[in-house]
Amino acid sequence: MSQLAIEARDLVMQYKKGPRAVDSIDLEVNAGEIYGFLGPNGAGKSTTVHILTTLLPPTSGTARVAGHDVISEGPLVRAAIGAALQEAALDPLLTGREHLRLQAALQALSRAVRKPRADELLARVGLEDAADRKVGGYSGGMKRRLDLAMALIHRPRVLFLDEPTTGLDVQSRTALWDEVERLAKRDGVTVFLTTQYLEEADALADRIGIIDHGAIVAAGTPAALKAEVGLCTVEAVPAEGTSAERVSTVLARFGPALDSDHGAAAVRLESAHTGLADVVRALDAEGVEVENLAIHEPTLDDVFLAKTGHKLEGAGAEATEEREPEIEAT
Amino acid sequence: MRTFAVARGVAWRTLHTVFTNPSLFIPGIVFPLFFFTAFAGGLSRIDSVPGFDYPPGYTAFQFVFVLLQSAAFGGVFTGFGIARDFEGGFARRLLLAAPHRTGIVLGYALAALARWLVTAAVLTGVALAVGMQIGGDGVDLVGLYSLAVILNFAAILWASGVAMRLRTMQAGPIMQMPVFLILFFAPVYVPLSLLQGWIHAVATVNPLTRVLEAGRGFLAGTPTEVATAFAVAIALAAILWLWALRGLRSAERAG
Amino acid sequence: MSQRAFADQVLLLAERSLMRTLRQPANVVFPLVFPLLLLAVNSGGLDAATRIPGFPTDSFVAFALAIPFIQGALFATMNAGTDLARDIQTGFLNRLSLTPMRRIAVLAGQLGGVVTMGFVQALVYLGVGMVIGVRLESGVAGALVLLAFAVLIALGFGALGAFAALRTGSGEAVQGLFPIFFVFLFISSMNMPRNLIEIDWFRTAATANPVSYLIECVRSLIITGWDGRALALGFGTAAVIAVVSLALASWALRTRLARS
Repeated sequence: MSQLAIEARDLVMQYKKGPRAVDSIDLEVNAGEIYGFLGPNGAGKSTTVHILTTLLPPTSGTARVAGHDVISEGPLVRAAIGAALQEAALDPLLTGREHLRLQAALQALSRAVRKPRADELLARVGLEDAADRKVGGYSGGMKRRLDLAMALIHRPRVLFLDEPTTGLDVQSRTALWDEVERLAKRDGVTVFLTTQYLEEADALADRIGIIDHGAIVAAGTPAALKAEVGLCTVEAVPAEGTSAERVSTVLARFGPALDSDHGAAAVRLESAHTGLADVVRALDAEGVEVENLAIHEPTLDDVFLAKTGHKLEGAGAEATEEREPEIEAT
Repeated sequence: MRTFAVARGVAWRTLHTVFTNPSLFIPGIVFPLFFFTAFAGGLSRIDSVPGFDYPPGYTAFQFVFVLLQSAAFGGVFTGFGIARDFEGGFARRLLLAAPHRTGIVLGYALAALARWLVTAAVLTGVALAVGMQIGGDGVDLVGLYSLAVILNFAAILWASGVAMRLRTMQAGPIMQMPVFLILFFAPVYVPLSLLQGWIHAVATVNPLTRVLEAGRGFLAGTPTEVATAFAVAIALAAILWLWALRGLRSAERAG
Repeated sequence: MSQRAFADQVLLLAERSLMRTLRQPANVVFPLVFPLLLLAVNSGGLDAATRIPGFPTDSFVAFALAIPFIQGALFATMNAGTDLARDIQTGFLNRLSLTPMRRIAVLAGQLGGVVTMGFVQALVYLGVGMVIGVRLESGVAGALVLLAFAVLIALGFGALGAFAALRTGSGEAVQGLFPIFFVFLFISSMNMPRNLIEIDWFRTAATANPVSYLIECVRSLIITGWDGRALALGFGTAAVIAVVSLALASWALRTRLARS
């Protein structure tokens, strides 16, 4: 029996009068893992999620979620998944508790189970005190938590989270991360998480897929992806009175030079065994004074840059903001 | 005078906004035309009610009401614009920039008048085109349109007072409702003499009834209660001028 | 899916639709108060019209009582439409479609709420009418028929609002329907029987306007008694509106919820 919770082959979404939002992507997500789908605004993350959650039929390609085909077995897929999509998708006039009861009823949970399950989830996401207040008065963080609770009401095997922490404060974000980890590690739920935040993917995901302009440009564990890009970089800012060339000359012994900002010198280390201490000793030996010296590990942004030629952070600013995909009216 | 310079500036900007935005401009013209069509067209048989005696005919009878109604609602629509300005923050800019803030209120009033003059021209043109009879002479017509101008002024003062106190688009219904009620508790469909019961009592005390009956008298060439009508209209405008100015002070205090 | 499960879903969503309406007091109070206020103003102002030779009744309020029922239907359109548009804009509709809920239950539930409100509104208008002294010529049976008619037009107009919302996904677009309905309401036999409208083009337009037949159907139950022709035309028109609107709304729903 396949251990894959999500599987997609050659998935394509071509809008009639628009771009190819999803361009032949292949995906494999193992059961019980947290899969991070990382990319800038407009990359195709939400469209992919809509296809995998059966909300949008793909133009071509196949996808199976929780062992069922998204096109021919839609109802079975929906019964096995939970989703918290880009908007919190709540009714401002209903209370938190009413939302959960409605969701439970629509998911065909028996009457006996609805109330205790709603209470359990309210406690789990920390909304017991606000449960009987209308959602219109909730903060952004509270809405996201309720959103998550609703997605979990029927104990799904696979959970889709589409940019769950966008717009949240640090505290709310951390709380959500903790909950996602608990879901995966303790409850064995497969989590498919889309995000445009590097640190979120880095912190949470067991494996990452990087998407840009509708295509997956890299996939693997965060460590493996970073290792692919290379080793650490060292950056040194010369002290006043010291020329940048002298600093560069010393650093050049440790690896090839890199472009750097503000008169600093930077190199990518050639050896994994070279540390900051070695660089400091070399600079001291030559009498070269530096104001600031730092060692940087490769980031996912470096991975993105290496694979696409542009940085992830700020890439969304140029791209069209990825909105809820419009269904083409026929 | 500085006040008029401010007024001109505010008026120009308001009119520019209105006339370059069809969604703001069109309803002000279309609604009065629509009411005129619906009332004069649909209810014309009322002229065969015993006791209905208006020589120019039902079309002219309704024209006067719709003209005054358009003047009143023209003021209210401009009031919506003031509320929008406050909500969007533009009004604060005006308050900061204008040395004589009374000019701001005057400017909005001038804009309301200019807007209404366009509406009135279209409405009058359509009425004449469908064959409306006019009994009055030039002086009478000046009297009719003067009453409408004063009503327009009173309405914008009412609306601006509300807008400057509440400073939000939610003020819309509060601006509209009283104007709607005062208009429709007047002899809209038939003369006062043909009203009976509670509506007759209400219409009798409604100040707008004097204005409406005088206006109809002007159009028929048989001016009636002219002095009372003008006194009522001017008194209304004067009271609402104070209302608007105090609203301005309220807006200034809010910063 | 069993019939029972489907019925449960519809009930749940109807309950939600009602709850949302009741929690927006303006949506409850305004559709009740405004038509009655207009009724008061217009009946007072137009009472003299009953003296026109050939006017079918000597009570203008009895003549005009039909109008609030139709105005109530207009409010049903707006409420159904704006609520559904909000669900689309917030993504709540997507959330609903991820459940085992059948697509049509969304529409049925929303309309269930609207129809319930329409029924309650009709009861209020009837009640107020009776309190101010209007007697239905068709008696108790006529009142029941009138309530059934009110439910039918709430359904038809509610579906129209739902269609606009599903097609456009926008509350503003639904609000944009208001002037159109306003025109249909005024260029009709709203304030004057069609045979007493003097202006030819107006009479022709009122005759072509389906809203005239809706008004005349209700009016006949109040001032005439059992007028087979008026009832047939009224119910027929309401049924056509309902069938067409429901078909359009279902089609728009299928397009909006393209899920497998």
